Amino acid sequence: MEILQNALKALVAREAIYFALLAIGLNIQFGYAGLLNFGQVGFSLLGAYGIAITVTTWGGSYWLGLGVGLAAAVVLALLLGLPTLRLRADYLAIATIAAAEMLRLGFRTPSATEITGGTQGLQGFSGEFYELSPFPLDKKYHPFGILFTGQELWLLTVGWTLVALLVLAVWLWGRSPWGRVLKAIREDEDAARALGKNVYWYKMQALIVGGVIGALGGAVQATATRSVDPDTYLPIVTFYAYAALILGGTARPLGPVIGASLLFALLSVTDSVLRDLTTGDNPVISSDILDSQAIAATRFVLVGAGLIALMAFRPQGIFGSRTEVSIDAK
Amino acid sequence: MTTREGLLRWIIRALAVLIVGLSALAVGTPANAEGETLSGRMVISQTNEAVDGVKITVTTAAGEPVAALTSNKEGKFRTPLPGPGSYTVTMDPKTLPDGIELVDKSAVTKNVDVEPGGFQAVAFRLTDGSSLQPEKETQVFQLLFEGLRFGLIIAITAIGLSLIFGTTGLTNFAHGELVAYGAFAAWFVNVTLGAPLWLATLVAIVAGGALGALSEYGLWRPLRKRRVGLISALVASIGLSILMRHLLLIFVGGGTESYDVPAETETDYGLVSATQRDLIAMMICVVVLIGIALLLQRTRIGTAMRAVADNRDLAESSGIDVNRVILMVWIMGGALAALGGVLYGWTLDLRYDMGFALLLMMFAGVTLGGLGTAYGALLGSLLVGVIVQMSTLVLPNDVKYASGLAVLIGVLLIRPSGLLGKKQRVG
Repeated sequence: MEILQNALKALVAREAIYFALLAIGLNIQFGYAGLLNFGQVGFSLLGAYGIAITVTTWGGSYWLGLGVGLAAAVVLALLLGLPTLRLRADYLAIATIAAAEMLRLGFRTPSATEITGGTQGLQGFSGEFYELSPFPLDKKYHPFGILFTGQELWLLTVGWTLVALLVLAVWLWGRSPWGRVLKAIREDEDAARALGKNVYWYKMQALIVGGVIGALGGAVQATATRSVDPDTYLPIVTFYAYAALILGGTARPLGPVIGASLLFALLSVTDSVLRDLTTGDNPVISSDILDSQAIAATRFVLVGAGLIALMAFRPQGIFGSRTEVSIDAK
Repeated sequence: MTTREGLLRWIIRALAVLIVGLSALAVGTPANAEGETLSGRMVISQTNEAVDGVKITVTTAAGEPVAALTSNKEGKFRTPLPGPGSYTVTMDPKTLPDGIELVDKSAVTKNVDVEPGGFQAVAFRLTDGSSLQPEKETQVFQLLFEGLRFGLIIAITAIGLSLIFGTTGLTNFAHGELVAYGAFAAWFVNVTLGAPLWLATLVAIVAGGALGALSEYGLWRPLRKRRVGLISALVASIGLSILMRHLLLIFVGGGTESYDVPAETETDYGLVSATQRDLIAMMICVVVLIGIALLLQRTRIGTAMRAVADNRDLAESSGIDVNRVILMVWIMGGALAALGGVLYGWTLDLRYDMGFALLLMMFAGVTLGGLGTAYGALLGSLLVGVIVQMSTLVLPNDVKYASGLAVLIGVLLIRPSGLLGKKQRVG
């Protein structure tokens, strides 16, 4: 029962929102336009640090910080897109992953501590957001027997509203002429160009929109944890988001959301099961063999294996359609 | 083709000069097996004049005193340390002669991390008040040397990455894990089984080749049979990378490990200082790289590899068994990656996630040289190694890898086909 409750909580948890937002951004870039952005975590870092630095270091308002973060994401997308969007897909992949790592190294260096907090990161910048909460922050709520504080509930409400609005937007964009051009570029770039479409500029727009959504994800995550820590913006976060996207199904508006929720529910279940097996008076697996670090690592091993299996057997994920999967196009 | 051959000859000649120089250095090195040592020199930046009588105290990070030192006539101070770890070195600015002061007055304490067997140099920059001419020449040569060492290791690992890309079109994100597995295979043989390091290195190379073959047989060949697209294969390689990295984490834990070898101090060769082990590692790299160049240029299988990389269909129709060539490329790539990992571990600490950091440097090197070209990978990797180390002249040490990544993005901006790549490869 506890396992089920944990899984239910993981379905809606802030991590699910975070990865859903990252994956929605990737869905526009990868699912619709066929762009391989492997540096989504870099956009998320900008969204998070935009708020943290504006509020903590410069004493600005939370909302200004949000704007700063999103604007920074636009700039990053332009900087990355300019050199690489004319090139083959894997060049963008390598450039974006490199840029995201550069950002992380740059933000964590002790020489930048005065601005970014260095390896310690920054804390205490999301007060203004929680002041708007209609739920008393410390009050405890029990929907479906799951415990939430008012603070969590406010964040989840805002986060999921944001996700819902974006899903709607992606659905509308996918049906619009803009979305159709993106899909045309994904399927055959030369054909789209022959129709007189400015392929380069369309790709750039997809990169910017997806990056800004990634930055929103970072902002939500930083607001939820009330802190930013440079070493949470590792490249593997992007790969997690890809796993969520591919699990749910690319080029489907709901794919990334369902993928992210399901991924975290699955991870939560394996985590609980493994922990149950290794604890108690008479554990099934001795905790000498599987300590808590190994349990955490096991989750990643499963994600990796799952990603390989999906690519081999069902690249369209749960909801995708086989005829519309960019990952086989090239 | 003539320019290629000319380039090959040039590379081999340059490598030969390097190896002669290195062996001369290595032969002249006295074997040294001291423990951890801390030393430094009090010297005025402008005049290079030694300052004696300066009091220096060394404490552990926890504040326990280790040594109280005074700089001697040559300005030098030196103390053995009780073991690896973090130390704080504090100098007393009151003991400086009149008119001499620290360049950065707040920098009276330095925190240093000493590696096992490490020789830690501590520098306090002093000034006599006249305008400061930063004395960087010796540092430049030392960093150039360290950059070459690092670049050679990147090159050894990146050649496999580049050949795999050339022959199969796969951008293999799991290549860094081949490096880490090789390094830890040697660690297992050396530390857990207690075998000498040279034997561990050989075992690791064989294991690396076997792992390369296994991934080709177990995953990549079946995926090619299923006609999985290149981008799907790329995503699958990310999955494989995540899987392998965290399996390694389960088995070896998240801490740092190092090989069981006697500690060695660096020997001063004038412009550069290095340990004998560094020099041997570099020589091995050079020998292996020459071997690879000869293999690619002179042997049947090497010619076949280049033929498949150049035009797969044409190679197949002229009777080359493409699958066999690809298998050989995987074996070679895996063995080279393992060797690179072990040589990396000869001087630096091993960690389960060391492969990923190296992977990005490999990408940088391979892109700089030209994706899919073996010689390009070599040239690009050496340059990236040098750039990363030299960047510490102007950047803080902990962002040095960022400079390699900046090179990568810069290359994509200016010349995406890389230094030696062909234009049509990027289209």
